[in-house]
Amino acid sequence: MTTTTGGILCSVACFLILFAAAGEAAKAEDLTVHEIVRKANHMASYQGRDAKGRVRMVITDKQGRTRERVFNMLRRDDGEGDKDQKSFAYFHAPADVRKMVYVVHKRAALEKDDDRWLYMPSLDLVKRIAASDKRTSFVGSDFLYEDISGRSPAEDLHELIETTPDHFVIKNVPRKPKEVEFEYYIAHVDRKTFMPVRMEYFKTGDRLYRIIEARKIEEIQAREDGGAVLYPTVTESVARDHEYGSHTVMTFSDIKYNIGFDEDIFTERYLRRPPRDAMR
Amino acid sequence: MEKWTRVAFLLLLMSLISPAMAVFGEEGFFVDRFPPIEVHGFCEVRAGVRTQEDPFEKQISMMEARAQAELYTYTDWAEFKYKGDVWADAVTEKGEYDTREAWIFLRPTGFLDIKLGSQVLTWGTGDLAFVNDLFPKDWQSFFIGRDDEYLKAPSTAAKFGFFTQLANLDLVYTPRFDADRHITGEYISYWNADLGRRAGRDAIILTDMPDRWFKDDEIAARVYRTIRNYEIAVYGYWGFWKNPAGETQSGKSTFPELNVYGASARGQVGRGIGNVEFAYYHSLDDRNGSNPSIRNSEMRYLVGYAQEIAKELNGSLQYYIEQMLNYADYRNSLEGNSPRDRLRHVITLQVTKLSMNQNLELSLSTYFSPSDLDAYLRPKMHYSYTDQLTLEAGANVFFGDHDHTFFGQFEKNSSIYAAVRYSF
Repeated sequence: MTTTTGGILCSVACFLILFAAAGEAAKAEDLTVHEIVRKANHMASYQGRDAKGRVRMVITDKQGRTRERVFNMLRRDDGEGDKDQKSFAYFHAPADVRKMVYVVHKRAALEKDDDRWLYMPSLDLVKRIAASDKRTSFVGSDFLYEDISGRSPAEDLHELIETTPDHFVIKNVPRKPKEVEFEYYIAHVDRKTFMPVRMEYFKTGDRLYRIIEARKIEEIQAREDGGAVLYPTVTESVARDHEYGSHTVMTFSDIKYNIGFDEDIFTERYLRRPPRDAMR
Repeated sequence: MEKWTRVAFLLLLMSLISPAMAVFGEEGFFVDRFPPIEVHGFCEVRAGVRTQEDPFEKQISMMEARAQAELYTYTDWAEFKYKGDVWADAVTEKGEYDTREAWIFLRPTGFLDIKLGSQVLTWGTGDLAFVNDLFPKDWQSFFIGRDDEYLKAPSTAAKFGFFTQLANLDLVYTPRFDADRHITGEYISYWNADLGRRAGRDAIILTDMPDRWFKDDEIAARVYRTIRNYEIAVYGYWGFWKNPAGETQSGKSTFPELNVYGASARGQVGRGIGNVEFAYYHSLDDRNGSNPSIRNSEMRYLVGYAQEIAKELNGSLQYYIEQMLNYADYRNSLEGNSPRDRLRHVITLQVTKLSMNQNLELSLSTYFSPSDLDAYLRPKMHYSYTDQLTLEAGANVFFGDHDHTFFGQFEKNSSIYAAVRYSF
């Protein structure tokens, strides 16, 4: 049951959200894999018009040494349809990246690279980042850039391989295998919320080498179209790399949705001098 | 003089912040108005040694124990920041102090940003190459191997940013000229044309600096906007040559008047980022190029391209040209040997590799001039042992076929260095 369209179960990144009301568990036969993937993609990266929160990553290497990354993150969607998106990260820790700002204009179209800028305050330098590989580590953690920004649904072919009482289990095979390090990945999508809660990445020979798992999901109150809504949000997740023996726990706190901040926040003006909202 | 004005500014800033300090920890109105002051900084030991003898300099190229403190707070209407360094310097054999930043930031309306005080300023598209960025640099720190942060010296200035739908305007007013921290001979030996040889601590460059407040001032402007994802900017500068570019009769180096006009563009090209930038340097005190003791007008061009070469491996390549205008007049009026070429070509190549979960950064910056036949290499290794403790080692290597060319003159200053830094 493979479709040519579909969605991605992007990581358990920062903005895992969903419509408030989660009805009865969806029945597999009622939904095509395409619809499941689309909904999961929406939840993983697109709920709410915008969102803000504080991300803390604790990276533990094979020897048990830990390192910490703390940053505030703002995200805003460009229009409807779960397409382009802008995000803003303001770093608090560690010391050598403190007050650095990282702005990304995510392009949903496959042929377009994201635009990325980095601001280094000690040099007052705005650097445009020439990175096209989305499958490299984000700030040295076990999460990849694409886990945070969201992998485009059109990158993979999707197949519903199993429906358990709680989850849809979907196999995702990349259309361009040379551009990624995995052969395929299996996503477990919650049947009630459509939240992707576990991703298993395999290399050749069905060798499982990497897992991302949602460990805590909280319902965050927000307002949408004048009414109160609850967005289920992954507030704690872990990425494990079996090849390197390292893992990263990511917690997401102080979450707010639908703040209504301006598009200008993602321009050079605020890159050089962030809005108060972003710093606190 | 300059130090005193900075100290005075610092005192002013501290007096503004001090109400927050005075009531820090108490309950009530002020505590709500003044959030706690963020305090950060680092301690560092950094040492370097020449890899060959230099008769005019010490064998140590750098040896210093440094502490940097950073204080930041904000109120409803403003932000305040102070960052300063103190260090014991074994080259100068003195205790040194430098205010890196001491500013107030205001965002009074939706279209205006204001930053007043000592601040580091940068613009332009070059990667360790500057065409329209006439803000002060510290070449001495760069060449001896201090942290990259120190390549930029602070300006004591007022920066205004105006933001409109059509375009944005940055206007920087520096009430008293801030020169580059240029080579003086103290840390780095150099080609001394008067002596016709290299010189260093035996012939410290004496300068006649424009230093009158509000008279010897600088204005820098940038108008910029993004068009179809390309960042377009035009620039103007009205001030002085930032490095010695003239000489008085008594042999003091001067900073003649200079206006600069230029433009740049930067954006995605193929899988990487491309940039082009040019500028016209108008040397006002030598308009027709007939005064051999003042630098002629120039055109400067830069074209660059940066791309991810492989996983966690980035490279950038730039081609830079300085073109002297009125070259015939320069040659006719020049006395003595070793004239400059009409064109100076420089190719820069930077490669950065991250590994060990991005805790180890290996980088190499190369400047090579096919016209001067000289080169400058900066290999560097930076390792984050923990989030607080970093280790660094690197080298500054100069080559040259001639003693008088830009990088060739520094040949005796090739050095290696290492540093340990603890951040808090």
